[in-house]
Amino acid sequence: MIHTPIQFSLNGEKRSVAAHPMEPLLDVLRRECGATGTKYGCGEGECGACSVIINGELAMSCMIPACQAADATIETIEGLARDGELHPVQQAFLETGGAQCGICTPGMVLAAVQYIRHPERSPGGAAEALEGNLCRCTGYSAIFRAVELARSRMESA
Amino acid sequence: MTSAAPPYRYVGHSVLRREGADKVTGRAIYIDDRATPGCLHAKTLRSTIPAGRIRAIHFPPHIPWHEFTIADARDLAENVVALILDDQPVFCDGIVRHLHEPILVLAHPDHGKAEEAVRAIRVDYDEEPGVFDIGPGPVMKSYRIDHGEIDAAFAESDVVLEGTYQTGAQEHVYIEPNGFIAEWKNGVATLRGSLQCPYYVHKAVMRALGLPAEKVNVIQETTGGGFGGKEDFPSVLGIHAALLARKSGKTIRLMYNRNEDMASSTKRHPSRSLIRTGCSRDGKLLALDFEFLIDGGAYSTLSAVVLSRGILHGSGPYRWKAARLVGHCHFTNSPPYGAFRGFGAPQSQFAIELHLSRLADQLGIDPAELRRRNFLHRGDVLPTGQILAEDPNLEAMLDRALDISDYHEKRKKPRGGGSGVGVSATLHGTGFTGNGEVYLASKVAVEARADGKATILVASTEIGQGTETIFSQMVAEALGIPIGDVVFHRPETDRVPNSGPTVASRTCSVVGRLVQRAAEQLRDRLSGASIADHVRRHGVAREEAVYTPPPGLVWNEDSYRGSAYGAYSWAIMVAETTVDPVTRAPKVEAIWNTTDVGTIINPVLAIGQMEGGIAQAVGWATCEQVVLRKGAMANGQMTNYIIPTSADAPSIVVEFIENPYAEGAYGSKGVGELPMDGPASAIVAAINHAADAGLAHIPATPEDLLS
Repeated sequence: MIHTPIQFSLNGEKRSVAAHPMEPLLDVLRRECGATGTKYGCGEGECGACSVIINGELAMSCMIPACQAADATIETIEGLARDGELHPVQQAFLETGGAQCGICTPGMVLAAVQYIRHPERSPGGAAEALEGNLCRCTGYSAIFRAVELARSRMESA
Repeated sequence: MTSAAPPYRYVGHSVLRREGADKVTGRAIYIDDRATPGCLHAKTLRSTIPAGRIRAIHFPPHIPWHEFTIADARDLAENVVALILDDQPVFCDGIVRHLHEPILVLAHPDHGKAEEAVRAIRVDYDEEPGVFDIGPGPVMKSYRIDHGEIDAAFAESDVVLEGTYQTGAQEHVYIEPNGFIAEWKNGVATLRGSLQCPYYVHKAVMRALGLPAEKVNVIQETTGGGFGGKEDFPSVLGIHAALLARKSGKTIRLMYNRNEDMASSTKRHPSRSLIRTGCSRDGKLLALDFEFLIDGGAYSTLSAVVLSRGILHGSGPYRWKAARLVGHCHFTNSPPYGAFRGFGAPQSQFAIELHLSRLADQLGIDPAELRRRNFLHRGDVLPTGQILAEDPNLEAMLDRALDISDYHEKRKKPRGGGSGVGVSATLHGTGFTGNGEVYLASKVAVEARADGKATILVASTEIGQGTETIFSQMVAEALGIPIGDVVFHRPETDRVPNSGPTVASRTCSVVGRLVQRAAEQLRDRLSGASIADHVRRHGVAREEAVYTPPPGLVWNEDSYRGSAYGAYSWAIMVAETTVDPVTRAPKVEAIWNTTDVGTIINPVLAIGQMEGGIAQAVGWATCEQVVLRKGAMANGQMTNYIIPTSADAPSIVVEFIENPYAEGAYGSKGVGELPMDGPASAIVAAINHAADAGLAHIPATPEDLLS
């Protein structure tokens, strides 16, 4: 494969990687950036395990060609916890049982963060906001409780 | 929760998931996250016919084959995936018995070239007709249970009702596909994988590669979901990866993509149940004649055990004057069906529960009331002759479930009015069936180590259900030490004793009991000293515990009589379902559940098991349709195999009624599978109420309600 240099910002750090322009961003993040918190689940934009936030939008990185990430600002799960302190959404997932096997968790946590940042984009609430992220363990109830817990803590903080 | 405040410091408390911080931060390393520089990427060549013979395999000359490592049956010591009957070959032995059956594996440093090569190989077949329905194929296994005088019981019945009930296959859809990494160094195979049962893989690799136990080490990586799907199936990947590692001398990476995983892996067994019951006019159950048929697929794998659990649960939590339960598992040309949460019990209990809801309608008795009149009590005799030692208290559980669901108001809604309610009552035996636990002879160890900590050594895996946390709670409790001073050793066959497979709702109650015992022995040995002090003076201390059956638990495998399980867990489910007037799409609005799984070790984790299991049952009942073409899953993608999303998730209410089991760890019984048993029948009963329909199968689709 012909690799070309691509630059983007990952969790606030400038990165320059070599990738095929049409390679899924998911593979680039995992291989070139060691960002293995972003998971492969289906490779066809259905499960959401590979969710990242690109230029403020939640996106499935398995469906984004690397060239589209040029000069983008990308947030992955690795960027959420600061100085060893869990983000309130991560802490809430831990407390309510929102993470079981954990494979959907990074993408799910990012989707929840995005929902709390922009609740107006999901008039149907968390059930709508998280619809693109599949979880097979929890039945979503504990995830909904985590979102509510994090939201109330962040509002009162 | 209806329990009093727990008397313990750790047990009964929602201790945070111990590996949870690694999971929510993305730091947890799953198999595909492990870097393997210099590795080879492996791919599997699979059959493209469901039945027939391989005539020739052609390797086209445009591929530089010398760059590849290729392995097939000729490289094996024995062409067998060792499990129970050892009828499944690692690679087709010239005869193809199902689609997607492995023929050979190859590996190359470039993943793309490995994929290209496997696509380029051409196989010539002599195709033969396959068998794809339950019935015409040979019988793999049969079981029969006779209880009482069945003909006399039918003769004294006022009402006899017959019915046929069917359930479809179900795909596990663990969000992490199967994957293995294998290394071969100095004659030792080291395998890392996403798996539930390290010693299953260990045994299978030993046999297939002809290696002694000490030359195979199987290590469980953080596992992204199993649900039974990673019970036996990972042995196939383990053998393939180890074989290529031995042949190439290189590290082998064998990662399935989603489609390969779905198409080739095991599924829940499709079932057909023929039920005939006799009862009195006032709804006293007298006679049960139950024929339970499952599709086993092309090889036996675990199907006989699934069949066994199916018929053992087919009489439900009820007293029958007489019962005859007959089970047959048939070979077909489908990929082998395998373990999936519930293991046959969801299929048979779907049938009996939906049958009872139909019977209630025929008798003009409320379905909840019909069940209440027939519930089991302490001292009642189950069809195998087991005298029920515990008192299930099902009436109280039912009352509570009807109350919190406002069941009686919902029942008043008109049939066909678009909204309906259904109820079910189910049981689930804790641990392996019959003498299974005796044969397993599970062993655990707890060690006091020089770091001042207690280390748990078990082969029981953390797959999301909370093994690591609950075992740590038990050990901290028994030793009276902070939970931070308890270490859970990663399951690794070189290091941990064989505590048996992580299946059958046995981990918390059965294996946990051994962990508790080992920790209590260690506490006695420390006799008040701290671990650090004891180790300084006497060295490392190791305490082991080996399974011994509870007193009075006797099972005769030949006559199929006796106590099938040491304890049962119980659940009531109430489902409310709507049916869209235009699209006819059923939607499960809410499930109310009361559950007795004994003492709750960790409320957050236990609720998570119930909620998650119920959601899987909702999917099985409504949207999850495995489309079988030539016996194999044709819709092996998440695009067209639909599991519930957050928007589909019903509201789920779970309440525990704790009824401790003296032989289970801290009073616990099995948890994981019970929630799979009851929802589907309650959902279909609710759909039939909402749509004035008579569905007797799942998945219940909009198309079923249009016709």
